[in-house]
Amino acid sequence: MHHAAQRHEPKTSTVSDRVDAIVTIKEQTDILHARSAGREVARQLGFGTVDQTRLATAISEMARNALNYGKGGTCTIVTEKGQDGRLTIRVLVEDHGPGIADVALALKPGFSSGGGLGQGLPAVRRLMDHLEIDSQPGRTTVVATMSRRP
Amino acid sequence: MRIPILRLGRILLTSVQTDLTDDDAGQLQAEVLQLFHRDVADGLVLDISGLDVVDSYMARLLNETARMVRMMGGEVVLTGMHPMVALTLVEMGQEIIGIQTAIDLEAGVARLREVIHARDKRTTQGRTTP
Ligand SMILES: Nc1ncnc2c1ncn2[C@@H]1O[C@H](COP(=O)(O)OP(=O)(O)OP(=O)(O)O)[C@@H](O)[C@H]1O
Ligand SMILES: [Mg+2]
Repeated sequence: MHHAAQRHEPKTSTVSDRVDAIVTIKEQTDILHARSAGREVARQLGFGTVDQTRLATAISEMARNALNYGKGGTCTIVTEKGQDGRLTIRVLVEDHGPGIADVALALKPGFSSGGGLGQGLPAVRRLMDHLEIDSQPGRTTVVATMSRRP
Repeated sequence: MRIPILRLGRILLTSVQTDLTDDDAGQLQAEVLQLFHRDVADGLVLDISGLDVVDSYMARLLNETARMVRMMGGEVVLTGMHPMVALTLVEMGQEIIGIQTAIDLEAGVARLREVIHARDKRTTQGRTTP
């Protein structure tokens, strides 16, 4: 499990950035597209099947929130290669909905404003190495990353 | 997309072969519950070998389905869960608690028969013979 959720990877060590996929989230099937795009990116980078599944599951949670609470959005998957050879997959899900009123509360397991179990964001935090949420009315971005050494 | 539900006597078999949207999964759940409501079955074997992702929504739906089927007097056995999916669910803290599992459909049917048999025996013992 990756509880080192708040670790920062300094951006300065990045030698290359690449956008691997952009998926527009406006209906339920787009959640499936986004998560299989994520799995494919991870597979091509040589991430193992456990990491592929963690990533696809996290993307599923993020994309569903954008659809259900943000009336849809965009899922962008970027890969970065650090100087030390570290590979990072960065998933950015953005929507233009009402925003998350209290981010700290939204991250608490069990909190849901939509009749869910409130397990989505806590799951993303556990499955990924890092999670960052920036939200205000009209623009919410949820960024999660997973890094591995080849 | 509709997922076929097969009937083998009073056992229902259904195998999810592709990724499901939330609505597809919800529809499958409604159809299963409808069949138990009409009392056409004693149990369900639900094969999820086609699912490479089970997120919090799907986990909740599976749990809920099993609970509701049981409330209507039926039993559910889940089969074919990928090891990666099981591991991810444990990491998420969303264990599929309270659902019987088996490795594949065949083992699932055998497991379901045992569970139903054990339950029938319990209920018969509980009854006062006339
Ligand atoms: N993109 C978003 N826009 C607005 N609010 C959001 C967004 N994402 C999450 N939230 C808020 O954060 C809460 C917690 O989200 P989380 O994904 O953890 O649980 P949930 O979606 O309610 O239930 P679950 O994911 O378990 O089905 C949501 O109920 C909602 O209030
Ligand atoms: Mg959610």
